[in-house]
Amino acid sequence: MAEVKLLGAWGSPFSRRVEMALKFKGVEYEYIEEDLANKSPLLLKHNPIHKKVPVLLHNGKTVAESLVILEYIDETWKSNPILPEDPYDKAMARFWAKFIDEKCMPAIWQIMWSKENEREKAIEEAIQHLKTLENELKDKKFFGGETIGLVDIVANFIGFWLGAAQEATGMELVNKERFPVLCKWIDEYVNCSVVKENLPPKDKLIAFLRPRLSASSWKY
Amino acid sequence: MAGDQVTLLDYWSSPFGMRVRIALAEKGVKYEYSEQDLRNKSDLLLQMNPVHKKIPVLVHDGKPVCESLIIVQYIDEVWKDKAPLLPSDPYQRAQSRFWADFVDKKMYEFGRKIWTTKGEDQEAAKKDFIDSLKLLEGELGDKPYFGGETLGYVDVALLPFYCWFYAYETIGNFNIEADCPKLIAYCKRCLQKESVSKSLKDPHKVYDFVVMLRKMLGLE
Repeated sequence: MAEVKLLGAWGSPFSRRVEMALKFKGVEYEYIEEDLANKSPLLLKHNPIHKKVPVLLHNGKTVAESLVILEYIDETWKSNPILPEDPYDKAMARFWAKFIDEKCMPAIWQIMWSKENEREKAIEEAIQHLKTLENELKDKKFFGGETIGLVDIVANFIGFWLGAAQEATGMELVNKERFPVLCKWIDEYVNCSVVKENLPPKDKLIAFLRPRLSASSWKY
Repeated sequence: MAGDQVTLLDYWSSPFGMRVRIALAEKGVKYEYSEQDLRNKSDLLLQMNPVHKKIPVLVHDGKPVCESLIIVQYIDEVWKDKAPLLPSDPYQRAQSRFWADFVDKKMYEFGRKIWTTKGEDQEAAKKDFIDSLKLLEGELGDKPYFGGETLGYVDVALLPFYCWFYAYETIGNFNIEADCPKLIAYCKRCLQKESVSKSLKDPHKVYDFVVMLRKMLGLE
């Protein structure tokens, strides 16, 4: 019987991605909550390079970095694949997952932590990247097609955390007028059972984000 | 695979483009090399990589694949009967992906800081750069390649940066071999492979290129 443990943090989208994949594939695991302000010896032992969550422990072997973990999970537990079989389609999924992590998320973080005078530029950049991502959806229910795939899992930040951040600050970056297709995807996404079960409690997340994000008005 | 039409949109000094060249050479894939003018981007480049507008782009039977490591994985999966770059075991694959990701996050960024900054910033970048190389040295251990007995994914990700080391050393006024002799020995050994030596460029030409960039950026 395989032994699977996950070192994670309740509010981390990266950690929740891994949980979503494990649950989607019906993999039993033990979850260990990490206090990121006070990192445990276990975390430092298993991820000495980056010292971050999530970290997957499988039969004592360590896998770190959420995208690496997601591919490992897909290759180890074959039910409910999250990546397509075809090499070209797989390359496309990897491309969009990377785009979300390297472009969308940093741009959104930039808005949240930026000073007043930098915010407009940060907002413009985030809108541009989100529009590019929205175009990729076209008329699909999910990025993965009829069911969620790698890109949908990686986009959990856009699907949920962004909404919580918007409620915490009164900011409206993503709304139906500006992003009709993306909002439709968000609705499908948060109502899809494997996603719903793997989101942090919304109120708790809003309460966590509110004092930490720039207080000034974000209306755009 | 007879009948494949393969084109690589690239730029001679790009370490990311070199990764793809090495992979294609390892697999014995015949392809058309298309040098791009990055200051006057061609319609073809903009059409094949509308999101990032960057090289390298692999065009296989008219379909573009972008982002160097995604391209390398694609090549490994399509031309799978020769010179496998990723191991077959999922855990070993995860380790390869982790370290290739480490190279991506560290080498380019710190290397770039070495040639674009000065004073304290440059000193910090040099230290970070050497620290990262030392971690890679540790991971290499006594193996001939990161991939084990044969050239693998991490080797392909890392080796192109070797022809940029002379530029980093000259501009940063430090000696990489003094701190990381094992890694330099490994790089020199890998250069004996034709797939590597034909893909990397003359370090002195790279240095001249970096000097030209510095002039353009007002750094010299």
